[in-house]
Amino acid sequence: MDRSQGRTGGIASGTSTEPTTFTGNRALQIEEPLIFEMGQPGRCAVDLPEPPKVKERLNGLRRAGEIGLPGLAEPQVVQHYTRLSQKNYAIDMGVYPLGSCTMKHNPRINEKVARLPGIGDLHPLQPVSTVQGALELIDRLAHWLKTLTGMPAVAMSPAAGAHGEMCGMMAIAAALDARGERVRRKIVLAPESAHGTNPATAAALGFTVKPIPANERGRVDLAALKAALGPDVAAIMLTNPNTCGLFESEIVEISKAVHDAGAYFYCDGANFNAIVGRVRPGDLGVDCMHINLHKTFSTPHGGGGPGAGPVVLSAALAPYAPYPWIVKQGDAWTVAEDGAAVDGKPLGRLKAFHGQMGMFTRALAYIMSHGADGLKQAAEDAVLSANYVMAALGDIMTPAFDGPCMHEALFDDSFLKDTGVSTLDFAKAMIDEGYHPMTMYFPLVVHGAMLIEPTESVAKEDLDQFIGALRSLAERAKSGTAVEDFKAAPRFAPRRRLDETLAARKPILRWRPTNSFKQAAE
Amino acid sequence: MRYLPLTEVDRRDMLTKIGVRSVDELFKDVPLSARLGAKVAGLPDHQGELEVERAFQAYAARNLSPASAPSFLGAGAYRHHVPATVDYMIQRGEFLTSYTPYQPEITQGTLQYLFEFQTQITLLTAMEVANASMYDGSTGASEAVLMANRITRRSKALLSGGLHPQYRRIIETTGHWQGFSAVSGKPDAEGLEDLIAAVDKETSCVVVQNPSFFGHLRDFGKLAEACHAAGALLVVVVTEVISLGLIKPPGEMGADIVVCEGQSIGNGLGFGGPYVGLFATRDKYMRQMPGRLVGETVDADGKRGFVLTLSTREQHIRREKATSNICTNAGLCALAFTVHLTLLGEAGFRRLAELNHAKASELADRVAALPGVSVLNDSFFNEFTVRLPKPAAPVVEALAAKRILAGVPVSRLIPGDKSVENLLLMAATETATEQGMDPLIAGLKEVL
Amino acid sequence: MAEVKFSEEHEWISVDGEVGTVGITPYAQEQLGDVVFVDVPAAGRKIAKGESVAVVESVKAASDIYSPVSGEVVEANAALADTPGDVNTEPMGKGWFFKVKLSDKGELAGLMDEAAYDTFVKGLG
Repeated sequence: MDRSQGRTGGIASGTSTEPTTFTGNRALQIEEPLIFEMGQPGRCAVDLPEPPKVKERLNGLRRAGEIGLPGLAEPQVVQHYTRLSQKNYAIDMGVYPLGSCTMKHNPRINEKVARLPGIGDLHPLQPVSTVQGALELIDRLAHWLKTLTGMPAVAMSPAAGAHGEMCGMMAIAAALDARGERVRRKIVLAPESAHGTNPATAAALGFTVKPIPANERGRVDLAALKAALGPDVAAIMLTNPNTCGLFESEIVEISKAVHDAGAYFYCDGANFNAIVGRVRPGDLGVDCMHINLHKTFSTPHGGGGPGAGPVVLSAALAPYAPYPWIVKQGDAWTVAEDGAAVDGKPLGRLKAFHGQMGMFTRALAYIMSHGADGLKQAAEDAVLSANYVMAALGDIMTPAFDGPCMHEALFDDSFLKDTGVSTLDFAKAMIDEGYHPMTMYFPLVVHGAMLIEPTESVAKEDLDQFIGALRSLAERAKSGTAVEDFKAAPRFAPRRRLDETLAARKPILRWRPTNSFKQAAE
Repeated sequence: MRYLPLTEVDRRDMLTKIGVRSVDELFKDVPLSARLGAKVAGLPDHQGELEVERAFQAYAARNLSPASAPSFLGAGAYRHHVPATVDYMIQRGEFLTSYTPYQPEITQGTLQYLFEFQTQITLLTAMEVANASMYDGSTGASEAVLMANRITRRSKALLSGGLHPQYRRIIETTGHWQGFSAVSGKPDAEGLEDLIAAVDKETSCVVVQNPSFFGHLRDFGKLAEACHAAGALLVVVVTEVISLGLIKPPGEMGADIVVCEGQSIGNGLGFGGPYVGLFATRDKYMRQMPGRLVGETVDADGKRGFVLTLSTREQHIRREKATSNICTNAGLCALAFTVHLTLLGEAGFRRLAELNHAKASELADRVAALPGVSVLNDSFFNEFTVRLPKPAAPVVEALAAKRILAGVPVSRLIPGDKSVENLLLMAATETATEQGMDPLIAGLKEVL
Repeated sequence: MAEVKFSEEHEWISVDGEVGTVGITPYAQEQLGDVVFVDVPAAGRKIAKGESVAVVESVKAASDIYSPVSGEVVEANAALADTPGDVNTEPMGKGWFFKVKLSDKGELAGLMDEAAYDTFVKGLG
């Protein structure tokens, strides 16, 4: 891109009436090319010494030709990524009420301790005698997770929630194997409101997923569940609090019925933040539950990862936890790796090394900062805030179910009926008000769903402003005079609505010198 | 309770607005038997930042940091210098505390760097299309086999004896529970394995690693041809991604799927995670890929922008028919990778790779000169296998007591196999110095 | 004049002699929204009535297409790879999915004619 030429027209097209600028920039909103359009041969942002001449031992496989990486100097790299960062919304900027994702405050002390020399720079295969502190740290987090959930064991290695689901469901398959019933028990029950990962996981393991209906209160229909249970059922996968933001009030009866039928209870722990410190899933009859450390325990979401998904296990499933196991022998910590004798029958290995240590460190720092008292208070504040939102918007938007809710408030789109404004339009208008939209169109069981999870991290003044903004939008939508405004939103974001159909019809998934839609258009 | 903004007054006002007397009433759906009256017993209360930091310093003090000891560890995780810019950039709140870019209008930052990341991966691997990252290399390898099974509608994977043993076990575990067979070669310490004869009409894919777990460099062009002739795919795993700055890339060897552990670029050792998996394939297999993909498009004003695309492959839409159950990727680790690789550029990346090879060559020559010690590799990048005159694990322990991290005994990853008991994997990156090699060589002389 | 029949899964089949052309109805494409990708069965594939044989995708949804009849696929609409939007603009014309050689013409009797299908769609509200 030649930036000395300025931009010619077109930038302020569409419905915008703002004047154009020479650069195409708009004050702090700076248009940024791709690194591949910025590079120049002869530029480099690192200074490395001349490699000493050695006898080459590459088996004749020296790479020929250019790789094609652009060359930039350090100030350019810093500016490039800084400018990109300024095109993102983030928890650090304001209310991020993305339901089911628990976008709570990410404390910086967590980042600091994760980077301490002796923690952040350890090699995973150092002799265990040189990593005693690291192993104890993992065990300490494991202790917290077991105690908070009231479960006897935890598998720490899964890399994310969905990976934890895979681990938990493999443990269930292993337990069924041991009982000689894996061939017979082929059905996994899951509510229609389940996260998509649940059926995806069960199907990958060869189970047939059978949906169980919800009752008019948004909970599992116990009678229907009992009717579905039988000698062919392996497990139920249930989120609790569920994806409608409601606690499954008949959970004890559900787990009893599941166990009486010889099946296991997999709990999707995505919504643990609502109950941590107040309810122990072990007391509800759960057999296994993954914990998304990036939700309940504030490890940063990082633009979509990395996560961590430790799985707590009941006594029935504990023997099947995958390698590695961290065990104490006398005064010393050790790692039982593949093939090592342990007090159980590990189901195998799911991930190299010992799990997401960097996430363990951050989560433990968060947990220690809060303590048992603070975690309980955080759960209460999260639930209080969601109910406050529900109460403050209940007259103008339409709650999907009667309250109280847990940590997230679910609305349907009936308040938008016949207004010409859709859930999507409503959400995009929130962007112009300075908010990240709520989760939309999930759970699938509610029409035009809007799932708002404020978390415990929002001050009441900010919550009130957020509520005010939503009330104003709902009023404008209902007034019928602002449909075009809604359809045109967002207007003030770095980009207007993007053409997702074009992206999917003609996928351009990498930069090439000639393939850009933009260049084609110019 | 420094993270909680609500005051007691706020809470009372909010309860009034809701119309309940206490927060307990909001938990009325919880069965009485499961309601805890007080906080969970047996756990400490909240602590200040100073106390928390002290606790972690105490954990750190009980570990030996590779930064303060000569270190020659590899085996799938490598110590490299990461420029300060990288860590600064990933700690910017706009990146750190954002989530999956479901709202593209306000997440162009994340989407654009992922588009740059995908492009970088295709360039490094010489493949046509790459996704927005996997959890790590090890789980990515398992996803590659599942993808090959989908494409070929077959269910037998051949795993090279040069594949990282933990990667192999993960694929075996997945195969055992998801119902495909994984046939593993014997540990290939000498780098002589030939899998061509083993490829048959049932084979969905062959999984090899380059450089191999034992450090050998191979050209898999012939194997790729044999795979394709039999209707199978070739999956090439790379655990040291910096090698691609010096070595012929898998895409030029005919690979169909390439999986790399990306940790070496931008990401610290971190005791094993989080890392970042790189995943690339051919255009024709694009729709069978797992994980998120970012694509280019335009907005309502015609300006270039980026969105998540082809998401009908994924679990949140396809549910039980999804290509994978994966939801999360390794976004922030991918950012670290992209920033570091951008800092390096063509010239820096190539020089870094040369430097690694040179340091490892230097180390190999010095180690090979020790009596009774032989280097098994004719070829290597920055890591090679050494045969010691006695079991490697106790030697490594003895040197660790002298604060020298000599390498990874192969028996740590392949336990119970006498044939590998004396083998030691040693790596040298650009961080290796003569001042570090001297005590290593002296220490080895002493304990052997 | 070819005979056109409809299924409750919103596929249409236009039969001319032994060969039927299959696609999705205008109602189905409207429900899907902008079609971005169609996966059609290869020529030569034997298919059974009710079998999932094709997939049609919009940005946010993927739907399986079930064959309304049994037989052997004789041609797939290769043009849809480049112009999946044909399914939206001409669902019963250029947007056809595949042609199948019917093995049992008797199966057609179980399908709806246009009037019956119209009534069926109206009943869906």
